Amino acid sequence: MKLKTMLMMGAAASLAAPMATAQDMANTVTFVSWGGAYQASQINAYTIPYRDANPDVTIVWDESSPEAVARMRAMFEADNVTWDLVDVVAADAIRLCDEGLAMEIDHDAILAAGDDGTPATEDFGDLIVSDCFIPQIVYSTTNGYRTDVAAWEGRVPEDVCALFDTEAFPGTRTLERRPINNLEWALLCDGVAMEDIYDTLETEDGINRAFAMLDTIKDDTLWWTSAAEAIQFMADGEAVMGSSYNGRLFSAIVEQDQPIEMLWDAQVFDLDGWIIPEGLPEDRLSRVEDFLFFATDTQRLADQAAYISYGPARISSAPLVGTHAELGVEMAPHMPTNPANSERVIVFNYLWWADYRDDLDARFQAWLSR
Amino acid sequence: MSDATAGNLSQAAAEARREDAAQTGPMLAADGRPLKRSLNRALRAQKLRALALIAPLLIFLLVTFVAPILDMLFRSVENQIVSETLPRTVIALDGWDATDLPDDATYAALAHDFKEAAERRIHTRLGSRLNYEATGLSSIFRRSGRGIDGVGEPYADQFAALDPAWEEPATWIALMADPDWISEQADWLEAAQDTPEPAFRLVPGIADVLPETTDAYRSFARTIQTTGRTPESPLTKEPWATVYLALYRDLSGATGADIGAYSGPGATRLQTAADAVAGFETIPLRDAFAEVADGWVQMPVWTTIQTFSDPYTAGYFLAAVDLQLTPQGIEQVEDNQRIYLTLFKRTMVLSLTIMGLCVILGYPIAYLLSNLPMRTSNMLLILVLLPFWTSLLVRTSAWKVLLQQQGVINDLLVWIGLVGDDARLTMINNQTGTVVAMTHILLPFMILPLYSVMKTIPPSYVRAAKSLGATNWTAFWRVYFPQSVPGIGAGCILVFILSIGYYITPEIVGGRTGIFISNRIAFHISDSLNWGLAAALGSILLALVLVLYWLYDKIVGIDNVKLG
Repeated sequence: MKLKTMLMMGAAASLAAPMATAQDMANTVTFVSWGGAYQASQINAYTIPYRDANPDVTIVWDESSPEAVARMRAMFEADNVTWDLVDVVAADAIRLCDEGLAMEIDHDAILAAGDDGTPATEDFGDLIVSDCFIPQIVYSTTNGYRTDVAAWEGRVPEDVCALFDTEAFPGTRTLERRPINNLEWALLCDGVAMEDIYDTLETEDGINRAFAMLDTIKDDTLWWTSAAEAIQFMADGEAVMGSSYNGRLFSAIVEQDQPIEMLWDAQVFDLDGWIIPEGLPEDRLSRVEDFLFFATDTQRLADQAAYISYGPARISSAPLVGTHAELGVEMAPHMPTNPANSERVIVFNYLWWADYRDDLDARFQAWLSR
Repeated sequence: MSDATAGNLSQAAAEARREDAAQTGPMLAADGRPLKRSLNRALRAQKLRALALIAPLLIFLLVTFVAPILDMLFRSVENQIVSETLPRTVIALDGWDATDLPDDATYAALAHDFKEAAERRIHTRLGSRLNYEATGLSSIFRRSGRGIDGVGEPYADQFAALDPAWEEPATWIALMADPDWISEQADWLEAAQDTPEPAFRLVPGIADVLPETTDAYRSFARTIQTTGRTPESPLTKEPWATVYLALYRDLSGATGADIGAYSGPGATRLQTAADAVAGFETIPLRDAFAEVADGWVQMPVWTTIQTFSDPYTAGYFLAAVDLQLTPQGIEQVEDNQRIYLTLFKRTMVLSLTIMGLCVILGYPIAYLLSNLPMRTSNMLLILVLLPFWTSLLVRTSAWKVLLQQQGVINDLLVWIGLVGDDARLTMINNQTGTVVAMTHILLPFMILPLYSVMKTIPPSYVRAAKSLGATNWTAFWRVYFPQSVPGIGAGCILVFILSIGYYITPEIVGGRTGIFISNRIAFHISDSLNWGLAAALGSILLALVLVLYWLYDKIVGIDNVKLG
């Protein structure tokens, strides 16, 4: 009798122990991402396996990443933060961190080490561009061109300067309606060396040079605000070449079989990753940390690459990148980080742009409107 | 109905007053009270009842509509962030003449302000705010958050070398804290810590002896008590390096401190330190800050802080009309950055164009609708309403498909042979695109009020005019048209006001020359996060609409507007 009671108590205690930790974690969390193919890749690679292991957890997705910074600022002013984990580009992560809206984290403490035992901070390396930022993927803004333009008489663009060569490559271009990337490409094609671009842009002369270069294609360019627009322009034949994100171009080329080709030259590397909003209640925070530990490990990041052609942010994930989940194409050659694709790369200079974007944007918009 | 009754009653009241004036004594009601008073009472009850009836709606509107809008518009002048983040610096800069870099006292004030702001993690927010005004400030502030300790560390090290007790939290507590607070704090540390931590209090009198140190230490104590996930206690934490900087400045006589007057705990240690500071190795604060970020020894950061130190600023409104606030006064921004006046003008001109096109296209349709037999006109009305019920985005995208260079219309023209394949028309991603798409989208807003007004014009008037010998044109122009003017007025106001604030359609089809001011407002709200500028642009837009409305009232008369 006594023994039985003790056994039962022991069983109850051993049941209670894991239950206590599960109770400490919130079971409903809201994740914010970009929607579309990208969010689908996160669901497939991260949340479906996570929910297999934690069936009680409900994950609500909010597709608000494009306006995440403004929405988070509004939430903090209203003192009602409903998001638990937010997917943003690195520049936005820096801004959220600057505004005190994102939580500073200790990467080694909350993230898994690489599968070879490398601590997280080394495995992610330089990609941790802010104390609040947990890198996920490397993507790039690069150019594509149509392969069926008769007026080019068989000429094929070989570098980014084809954008500015309206004689050899006549036709409408499509570029993003903001100064970032466009000014860099303009200077590069005006003969400025890659490493001098930002120094040059700090001078009045340099800015004038960049705008003078852009002037040459101003009337031949459609300015897009969402990357899908750019793909649509090229697929419709409205534009013959232009910039977009490499994942969007990949899906147009490989998945939809459009007559478009990649132009990897001078692609601009950028990062995307998670941030945790500042001041989450304890139970939600521990759930988010539990999820992050799982979802940013070496295997999970490599898995994501099976659904979208963005490079995993961990060094240790690169060798594990396999084939596309549905088409079976080898993914490595389509990664922006693939050595053949990254012979000439501009690395998005976040800190420089954080300083100069207000001014250059005003100039760029004024330039556009006249 | 209650309005009508109230109107009658107030007329009655006016008459009663007039009669009051005519007679010598006050007129009395049946119950013997003056008529005027009892009437007023009846009126008041009426008004209160009416008010009570609309109160729920009124309160709802005030809380959910008017208040948030006012709050948003208020941001266009709000600028407390500077004086709240850098209070000491703003005061120190008050009399600065901006000819040379500020003095040591200002740099010390900055060190204290900045350390506190960095601990509270609000320094970068101010950096992004000031970066709207001067490029580069954002990174100066971000870099300084890390480096600010470097300014005080040489002093912390030298005090510690002089007497290791200076590193002990207890030394500082004995010097600075109110004994009552110390015991409260100790109790709190002992207890479960589930009550709020007792806020740090200074011992009376210490502020006269060590003014700057006291201020810096209080800022340290209050800050560590209130920040972070697990607040810390000053009892167990060594002060920031900047507190040692303050102590050095107090002891070296830079701040008018009176060490000799002090006889409290640690008086000897303080006196020893005071005698020793003359031998401390120091570098000018200016140079120390140059190490933190070289921007601090250049003028722009200081002039910008000084120019924008007031809690309210006209800066955003000036920026919204292509002006800027500089230390020398108000100036125009450089030619290559001017954009807002152009956009305001363009928004007005295009909105008027769209309004005009809607009148021209909508008038005949409304006329047809109101004069056809009921069956046919109902059919046509559904055709007018059908696009009205379709999503705005769908309609806008449809125009894209129709108008683009590889689109339906261009294909058709090329197929007919009207234009060559290499000379396709550009009808979208420019102003034409915006005007076409928006005219189509806003047309129902013109047709519906026109139709409802025309419906009430008796056909017999036109017939009477004709029977009296008027031509068709005269009958229309002299008899029918003037009666339809209220409908045109209502339609014009609707279409114009809607189009002036349109944003999604110009964004999609406007290209680079067809975007409106609202696109910039949206950009500043969601992209650049310059909410102050967005609020200023929005306020100006609102004011413009109100002025135009007022003008319309003066010229046409608002009573001439009918929606049906």
